[in-house]
Amino acid sequence: MPEIEYKDKKIEVDEDGFIQDPDLWNNDLAEFLARMEGIENMTEDHWKVVNFLRNYYLEFGIAPMIRKLCKETGFTLKYIYELFPSGPAKGACKIAGLPKPTGCV
Amino acid sequence: MSAPKPQELLKVSHRPPRTGWMDTPVEFRKGTWCYPGKPKSLEVLDLPFPRQWSPEDEDWKLPPNWKEIVLEGLRERLHRFRSLQIFMDACVRCGACADKCHFFIGSGDPKNMPVLRAELLRSVYRREFTTAGKLLGRMVGARDLDERVLKEWFYYFFQCTECRRCSVFCPFGIDTAEITIIARELLNLLGLNIDWIATPIANCYRTGNHLGLLPHAFKDMVDFCVDEIQNVTGVGIEPTFNRKGAEILFVAPSGDVFADPGIYTFMGYLMLFHAIGLDYTLSTYASEGGNFGLFTSHEVMKRLNAKIYAEAKRLGVKWIIGGECGHMWRVLHQYMDTMNGPADSLEEPVSPITGTKFENARSTRMVHICEFTADLIRHGKLKLDPSRNDHLVVTFHDSCNPSRAMGLLDEPRYIIRNVCRHFYDMPENTIREYTFCCGSGAGLGPDENLEMRLRGGLPRANAVKYVREKYGVNTLACICAIDRAALPPLMDYWVPGVGVAGVHELVGNALILPDEGERTTDLRGNPLPQPAGAGAGNGDPGGAGAAPRREA
Repeated sequence: MPEIEYKDKKIEVDEDGFIQDPDLWNNDLAEFLARMEGIENMTEDHWKVVNFLRNYYLEFGIAPMIRKLCKETGFTLKYIYELFPSGPAKGACKIAGLPKPTGCV
Repeated sequence: MSAPKPQELLKVSHRPPRTGWMDTPVEFRKGTWCYPGKPKSLEVLDLPFPRQWSPEDEDWKLPPNWKEIVLEGLRERLHRFRSLQIFMDACVRCGACADKCHFFIGSGDPKNMPVLRAELLRSVYRREFTTAGKLLGRMVGARDLDERVLKEWFYYFFQCTECRRCSVFCPFGIDTAEITIIARELLNLLGLNIDWIATPIANCYRTGNHLGLLPHAFKDMVDFCVDEIQNVTGVGIEPTFNRKGAEILFVAPSGDVFADPGIYTFMGYLMLFHAIGLDYTLSTYASEGGNFGLFTSHEVMKRLNAKIYAEAKRLGVKWIIGGECGHMWRVLHQYMDTMNGPADSLEEPVSPITGTKFENARSTRMVHICEFTADLIRHGKLKLDPSRNDHLVVTFHDSCNPSRAMGLLDEPRYIIRNVCRHFYDMPENTIREYTFCCGSGAGLGPDENLEMRLRGGLPRANAVKYVREKYGVNTLACICAIDRAALPPLMDYWVPGVGVAGVHELVGNALILPDEGERTTDLRGNPLPQPAGAGAGNGDPGGAGAAPRREA
């Protein structure tokens, strides 16, 4: 299992860099993960997306539907791609510490 | 994962390597293989040898007696499946299948010719189970099983989508998908699965669906679809969950509940059932039509399939309608009957609206939604306004399994012709039973496999390009959730401007609900086309209606 170095700690991630233990997540780690995605500065809009994803995940155990994410944040999918160039699933979900969805998706 | 540019990928060389096939070792090139199954997912189903490993590693951490396990596994299966024995013996290597495989067409790798892919297993069979092979070895195409061979199996049997196009052309009727199925079973005996299969089957076993949606998440997503329907139509729909005593259980692929663009298809199902007042229930336990067990082993397939019938029995429904899922129908149509059936606790399906008896489903008691809807249209039970789909110029991708494994060829087209006014089929050697695979079936859909998916999807995309250029097609309809996940990036790459939609999304657009308000948008929120002369609607650039319309 690959690992990333974060504050002298080693954190397990999968092949695509998704953290394996969602309990390790905090705002600081999110900023660290964001930098790995090439996002140097997490703006208010970034946090709006990440916090929505995080809270949805804590309540439902999975990422929300993309259309729901757009509706709840009020952002278009295009804008979400501008915020997170690697996309809502591979980018925003990774920063929010969610596992990668698999199946017919 | 970024893929090479289309112009690069199109440079397919069909020149074979300089060395013979037995002497050309497999190379795990990034973009052409899938990540291995996670140990925790294998553990959920008690599958053997869960461990961390990677195809790129020299050491796959195989158990010491791995060769014995595989050969014993092969012996057992030759005994259990007479078809396998025949498929091992009957091939004369005529080559009729060779250029029929989408992966061979798109990659040029000779080991993607179905005949040679099968030969990877057959050579070991010959060595171990035939007299000629034992005595003459390589001279008769026999070879020993070693780690190199095993690695080759993993690479190429997870580079076959079990689509069975090659089988259509085989003069002996060899079903190469069954050879892949057996080879994957043998690999699974050693814990060698891919994660895009291992995690969905673990999820399905744990929570009832591949995505791992828990009951409250499943309900939240269905509720979201209900809200969206209300926004578009003004009609409030109240689907029920796990309701005992409903007449019908409806099971869709979970991708339709969760992912774009499947959710619009799911809205179409709900609207249809509302329009006809069907007495049905959804289940949060049997919340998956798909069955990635088919891509793992017969045993896993059976365990996952049983859940749908256990739930039908628990709820006391009379019969089951299944949604637009692809491989689900291979499992239902070709395995379920003898695996977990006959479904004696259920009744022979009869449409409560038209009285039609679905005699074809007498044993499995499960009816494909396209059969059900086509029957409703045939009997004039649906009010439809196909002009609401006038912004869409549609072609239809026959999903491999419903077409080749159950012969569902005409019903989807019949529905489309009734709900859309602009429909054009792709060339005849690329549709119906000759359909080309999306390139991502049988569990091969993850992003790390993107290059191979784009290569495998090239023949399909090429046929779409043809009708796009000839008729201005801007929408590729399909009846499979894997298609709905795989085809959008495939279209964006090879044929930009073509969107992907399920057939029941098109039904939902055209369907006039009894108490609906005036509709101004389609289910995606794109403005409806204006009547002629008023100027065409300008769709969301990401939507299916993006491309300019061209009248036939």
